[in-house]
Parts: sequence; structure tokens; C-alpha cells
Amino acid sequence: MNKIHVSTTVNGDDTEFLCDPRETLLDCLRDKLNLTGAKEGCGTGDCGACSVTLDDRLVCSCLVLGAEAEGKKIQTVEGIANGDQLHPLQKKFIEYAALQCGICTPGILVATKSLLEKNPNPTETEVRYWLAGNLCRCTGYDKIIRAIMDTAADMREAH
Amino acid sequence: MEYYTPESFNKASEIATNAQGITRFLAGGTDVLVQLRTDMISPDILIDIKNIPGAKEIECLADGSWRIGAAVTGAEMSEHSELKAQWPGLVEAMDLIGSTQIQGRATLVGNLCNGSPAADSVPAMMAANASVLVVGPNGTRELSVQDMPVSPGKTSLSKGEVISAVLIPARGNNGGDAYLRFIPRTEMDIAVVGCGVNLRTDGEIITEARLCLGAVTPTIQVVSEVTKLLVGNKLDQTILDAVAKAASAASKPITDKRGTIEYRIEVAGVLAKRATKIAYDRARGLK
Ligand SMILES: Cc1cc2nc3c(=O)[nH]c(=O)nc-3n(C[C@H](O)[C@H](O)[C@H](O)COP(=O)(O)OP(=O)(O)OC[C@H]3O[C@@H](n4cnc5c(N)ncnc54)[C@H](O)[C@@H]3O)c2cc1C
Ligand code: FES
Ligand code: FES
Repeated sequence: MNKIHVSTTVNGDDTEFLCDPRETLLDCLRDKLNLTGAKEGCGTGDCGACSVTLDDRLVCSCLVLGAEAEGKKIQTVEGIANGDQLHPLQKKFIEYAALQCGICTPGILVATKSLLEKNPNPTETEVRYWLAGNLCRCTGYDKIIRAIMDTAADMREAH
Repeated sequence: MEYYTPESFNKASEIATNAQGITRFLAGGTDVLVQLRTDMISPDILIDIKNIPGAKEIECLADGSWRIGAAVTGAEMSEHSELKAQWPGLVEAMDLIGSTQIQGRATLVGNLCNGSPAADSVPAMMAANASVLVVGPNGTRELSVQDMPVSPGKTSLSKGEVISAVLIPARGNNGGDAYLRFIPRTEMDIAVVGCGVNLRTDGEIITEARLCLGAVTPTIQVVSEVTKLLVGNKLDQTILDAVAKAASAASKPITDKRGTIEYRIEVAGVLAKRATKIAYDRARGLK
């Protein structure tokens, strides 16, 4: 089987990998680049645990081929913190205990960061619709939503 | 599997024409990758059309009609304020597909070519009398969306044919469209019934009308009975009730976990009424 050579940018770093044409971006991130933040919950686009951005667009990395990353800009949960400095969303998720097992958390952080970049002042309804494709089996969502609303308010004040 | 990224639709068609084995085009991949991952369909040849120049463009042509490139995503349509203002029903139908993540990838063309009887954007496209530009081994042809579905999962495209764009007619004056879908949840589910309506008015009188139902027939179709009922009339309660009856009568659904035959027939009538009312109000500038 012919391997495909892919050159891409992940969290600002130029990166290369070789992949099988059938391999997904999620597999490539986890197995070739050791970026295991994005999780596989379902592998079929339903749960959002694998959320990343591709050229600033929120996508499920399980529904993107590794080969499609050629020349693109990818952001994963590993790129959210600034070195040791956690992103405000990450701090609030800890403060609110907005996670239990944590499988959904990376996807929710990536998805929420992408929402707040587009809309710094979302209503709770807008947050809930935006995250409709991010499933959490543990928390019941309430703490997640409260953590997000509070982060958004803080970030607006900081500006 | 071999993966290709041709730089033109002619080249894409050529690869598909000469392909041996199962061939798929890759637009957003939200159907293709799910089918591949669950071993339902394992393509031998995959032709990614996203890098083709123009494939990601939304363009309003000189005559007021729209050309939506085959790789334009739902999110890109929703962000296009002019397209949304002119064809709100079409944009809303596309926007109902999946989650934010799916919206970042899913396309009209993929939705149409996957051939699901419950595809959300298809009743809206068909009601709008949209067509597609098809590039094939014998040149390019325009095909009405209405003539695309053949049976569940099957379209009238032949080997080697690829769609380069969706063409939406000029909105013109006093026109309005709407799409409504019923699902048991608020998000992320497959239609129990979908209903697209597009009409034009002259004062209070309807002069053109097309209503299409999804998820209640093996292929999505125009309900021509509704056109006959609406054209030449004002929209009053009697006509609305007749529209509901005609939509229910045109429904030949199946029973599954989302709804029984009887339930779907009833819901088809209700959605037909509501969507017609919204399109009528939009056509008359009331919404
Ligand atoms: C979690 C999830 C939720 C979903 N929810 C919905 C929903 O609510 N409603 C709904 O209707 N659908 C839904 N879908 C299905 C899917 O997202 C849509 O059908 C979508 O519009 C497909 O578009 P795509 O660009 O991803 O297609 P792809 O997967 O890229 O392609 C689909 C088919 O179209 C063919 N094709 C693609 N491009 C061309 C072309 N240019 N010319 C000829 N053939 C082509 C391919 O060969 C393939 O057979 C959902 C899917 C997922 C994973
Ligand atoms: S693993 Fe990608 S959506 Fe569930
Ligand atoms: S914390 Fe366990 S799935 Fe969300």
C-alpha cells in the first residue's frame, strides 16, 4: 500500500507524517504525532470528542482523512494553553469541576474556544446549540455550560 | 484505496471514468468517511474535489441566480448573508444537518448524491427548482435536482460523472421559501418528516408554488397536487387544510424507531401547512 506524505501545521509547528490513505486525521494525530488529546468516542461524527480546527473551522477529526491535512493549519487541545499558562477556559473547567472522566473535555474545550472566537457574548442557548455535537456521559452538562458562560464573561471584561 | 486530489472537474471525471472498483468522490466526507469507517462501503478510489478552483465559491451571477460550488459547506452558506436573505429556507435546511462540526464539512452536493430519502437539503433544493452542473466523459450538462434521486442511495448520475456546482434560480420579486423538519430531539437526528416549500405571490394571490417532502417516500419528490391547490389562490385556512391533506396523501412512509406510518403521514400534513405559511409570509415580505 502506497503511503501518502503529508506536510501540515499543527498548533503552529510545521509537521510531516506518512499515512495510509484510509487513516483519519484523528489516527494520525494520536498515533503518529503523539497528540493524544483528541479522543475517539464514536469514530462516526456523533460525539465530538475528536474535535479539532482545520484552517480555523471546527471539525470532527475522525471524519477527516490524514491526507486531507496537506497544507492545512490544525489546532488541537494541546495548543490551547500557553506553555504552563492554562487558557481561561481550562482554569474555569477545573474551578467548576466541569468534568468527571474527562474524555469529552478536550473536544469541548476546542469547540468552545472556537465559539468564543466567533461570538464572545453567546447566550446559553447559543452555547448549547453550538455544543450539540459534543456529548458528555458524565456531567449532565450543567457545570460545563456554567463554566463556559463564566469564562466568556471574564474574557469580555479582560478586553 | 487510492486517494486523488485532481485540480479540475474534468480531471476528476477522467479519473472516475477510468476507475476500476468502488469509486467515491470526497466532498465533506461526512457520509463517505462514516461508510468507510463502519465498513459499509470501502472505496478503492477516492477523488477529493475540495482543491479544485471554484469548488468552494458562492457566486451570485448577473441574472440574479446563484452558483454554489460543490465543496461549499453548510457553515459557509449560513455565513453568506445575501444568500441567506434570498433563500432562507434552503440555507436553514442545510443548517439543520448535524452539529457545528458536521456543518464545517457537509455539502449540498454530498447530501444530494448520498441519496438518502431523509436528506434535509434536498426537499429545499427541489422546491427551489435547483439544478446541478454535471461534468462527465461526454462534456458538461445541467440536470434538475428533481431528476437526481432514483431510489434510496441511488442517483441518476452515471459512471464518470461529477457535480461541479449547484445552481439556484434567481429569487426574483415576491418569492419566499421555507424548510421544516421534525425530529424527536432538538438537534442531531434524522428527519421523521422534512418539508420544503417555495412560492411566489402577486398581492395575496399565489402565482407559483412547489412543495417537496422528505423521509416519507422512497425518493424525495415534488407534490404536484399542492402546486395545483395553491396557484391562483389566496392562502386561507381552507386552502391550508387542503394542502395538509394533499401532503399526507402523497406520503408513503415506513415505520421505524423514529415514527410509525400513521404518525409520519399526520406530521407530513402539519409540516406542509406550517412551511407553506412561512414561505407565503416571506414572499409577501412579512417575515
Ligand atoms: C453526525 C452526523 C449527523 C448528520 N446529520 C444529518 C442530518 O441531520 N440531515 C441530513 O440530511 N444528513 C445528515 N448527515 C449526513 C451527511 O452529513 C450529509 O448527507 C452531508 O450533506 C453529506 O455531505 P458531504 O459533503 O459530507 O458528502 P460526502 O460524504 O463527501 O459524499 C457523499 C456522497 O456524495 C458523493 N459526492 C460527493 N461530492 C460529489 C460530487 N461533486 N459529484 C458527485 N458525487 C459526489 C460521494 O461519492 C458520496 O457518495 C449526518 C452525518 C453525520 C456524520
Ligand atoms: S470520535 Fe469523532 S465524533 Fe466521535
Ligand atoms: S466528563 Fe466523562 S464524558 Fe464528559
